[in-house]
Amino acid sequence: MGRYVLKRCVIAVVTVLVLVTIIFVLVRLLPGDPFTSEKTNEAIKEKMMAYYGLDKPLIEQWFTYVKNLLRGDLGVSLKYPGRTVNSVIAQTFPFSASLGARSLILALIVGLFLGTLAAQHAGKALDYICVLIAVIGVSMPDFIIGTLLQLVFAIKLRWLPAGQWISFKYTILPVFALSLYTLSLVTRLMRSSMMEVINQDYIMTAKAKGLSKFEIIWRHEIRNAILPIVTTMGPLTAAVLTGTFVLEKIYAVPGMGKFYVQSINDLDYTMVLGMTSFYGVFLVTANLIVDVLYGFIDPRIKLEGGSGKRKKNKPEIGVKMEGGAADGK
Amino acid sequence: MEKNGILEIKGLKVSFSTYGGRVKAVRDVSLEIGEGECVAIVGESGCGKSVTAKSVMGLIPKSCVEGGEIIFQGKDLLKYTEKQMQGVRGDDISMIFQDPMTSLNPTMTVGRQIAEVLVKHQRLSKQDALKKAEEYLGLVGIANPEKRVKEYPNSLSGGMRQRVMIAIAMCCNPKLLIADEPTTALDVTIQAQILELMKELQKKFNTSIILITHDLGVVANMAERVLVFYAGKVVENGPTRSVFYQPRHPYTRGLLKSMPKLNAEGKEELVSIEGAPPDLFAPPEGCAFAARCEYAMNICHKQQPPFIGVGENHCAACWLNMREVPDELRPEWMKSEHVTLDDIK
Repeated sequence: MGRYVLKRCVIAVVTVLVLVTIIFVLVRLLPGDPFTSEKTNEAIKEKMMAYYGLDKPLIEQWFTYVKNLLRGDLGVSLKYPGRTVNSVIAQTFPFSASLGARSLILALIVGLFLGTLAAQHAGKALDYICVLIAVIGVSMPDFIIGTLLQLVFAIKLRWLPAGQWISFKYTILPVFALSLYTLSLVTRLMRSSMMEVINQDYIMTAKAKGLSKFEIIWRHEIRNAILPIVTTMGPLTAAVLTGTFVLEKIYAVPGMGKFYVQSINDLDYTMVLGMTSFYGVFLVTANLIVDVLYGFIDPRIKLEGGSGKRKKNKPEIGVKMEGGAADGK
Repeated sequence: MEKNGILEIKGLKVSFSTYGGRVKAVRDVSLEIGEGECVAIVGESGCGKSVTAKSVMGLIPKSCVEGGEIIFQGKDLLKYTEKQMQGVRGDDISMIFQDPMTSLNPTMTVGRQIAEVLVKHQRLSKQDALKKAEEYLGLVGIANPEKRVKEYPNSLSGGMRQRVMIAIAMCCNPKLLIADEPTTALDVTIQAQILELMKELQKKFNTSIILITHDLGVVANMAERVLVFYAGKVVENGPTRSVFYQPRHPYTRGLLKSMPKLNAEGKEELVSIEGAPPDLFAPPEGCAFAARCEYAMNICHKQQPPFIGVGENHCAACWLNMREVPDELRPEWMKSEHVTLDDIK
């Protein structure tokens, strides 16, 4: 177990380094440079480049960046003099995290409930209602849902505020808009997973034991049906995170999204790199946690490092994770 | 050998709605099981064995049961509500299923799966139930029960899992145990052990057993009485010895004949019953076996044969057993009084 986690951590670090390197090169391949848009002449520009060390060979810049990165220092913004990337993230991330976490929790609770409900009433009206919600949620882009909710509940009905992030009241619309896609995904997954479990022999055994419907659902069905959902949690987190960019803009939430998008337009190299590595670390960690968690939830999978046993079990999760990750992103 | 009846099924009819129409899976089945008796139900796949068993457990939707009575200890189980049935299942009547590999919940320790029944029916606390579960694991012959209770089914072999299933079924001392092909999915050496265990527990708790199987060897080993099912009906019912040595229904004889012989020399071909069972969407008017029967008479195609007593506690639903049938129409094996198993071949 310990060896497995260690191995996964090493892989995670390498993943982040590769990510940083790719972004490092890509962002410099974009036409222009951070200072061209300013009303500056060549001399000033060269001086600025020299000041930030951008005139040095690329490989040297990379080494300096990675060295700082490993110390947790993401550098200074090229656009907002005097502001470090760390401080921007520290200021804005709590809003994004709060929005994301609330949405994810809402999506999980409601999604698991609707999925279970649909599977228990398969082929009946209740099932169709749940499936309809799920189809709408998956097929509507979040910016449409976001603006529609704003229009109906904030502008027409005036029940809730249209934007900003001040108190609980302000969080309702953006959280709901952001969670709808994930919620639908979870509903559909849970429904199909549950339908499979319901037809298993051990459910017949549970019935033959004289357990009530509720006991069977709670103790035998949900526990088994939830396993495939856990594997998709990593990619789902990714989906929620990317959703925040758009919804933060629509609901004027002072989160990271605005700075991220802006920094790409500005060619603010350090800001783009810093935020990307931050998100990268975040996602890789989320996936790592999910992988390790899976070993605890499903007794059939033993996470053992190095031994032949692990090799037999591991590909199963590995394949699932990668397949799911591709969907999420 | 008169025994008090524990379960009596009268005229049970079960059918299922499918896209193709209504399948009449069980057509007018009646049977009786005495206290501490082991009755085997044999027949080919789809003849209604399992459906009959599941009807007793109430595991079949009520809307599918079209008629009949299932009288258990004087009360009709078909009139029970779902809630009342939950009190019966796992407590008075319990069931063992065919495939032990899939019949246990993979995400629950075996201890908890046994304890669950005890908590439900004997109102034990979780700790007491787990202790008792450990006891039962030992009783069904699992070594190191104190270690095994905490294990998940994936670390147990098929035979051990079936032992766990038996522990689950027996832990409330049921009056009736329904074993639906309990050894079909196990290899032969384990089969014998499981049957031995069932016999032992049957004696210990005086439990009646309905043993569903298509393995006649298992029947010979376990059952005192045999019911032969064909196309949703009982075609022959009698003491195991008498049914095996003097079958009075061509289908029963067909089954016995198609048993592979261990001492067969050379490349002897396996005997099979020609043809296929009838379509249960529209069962034939007369005897369901008539189309495959080499002795079929005109009446067989037109009218359902009644149960005819052919010996002590032995009856068969075949027109050939009528006294009015001229002797020359009757096959040799039906005439002789004492046929031995060797003669059957």
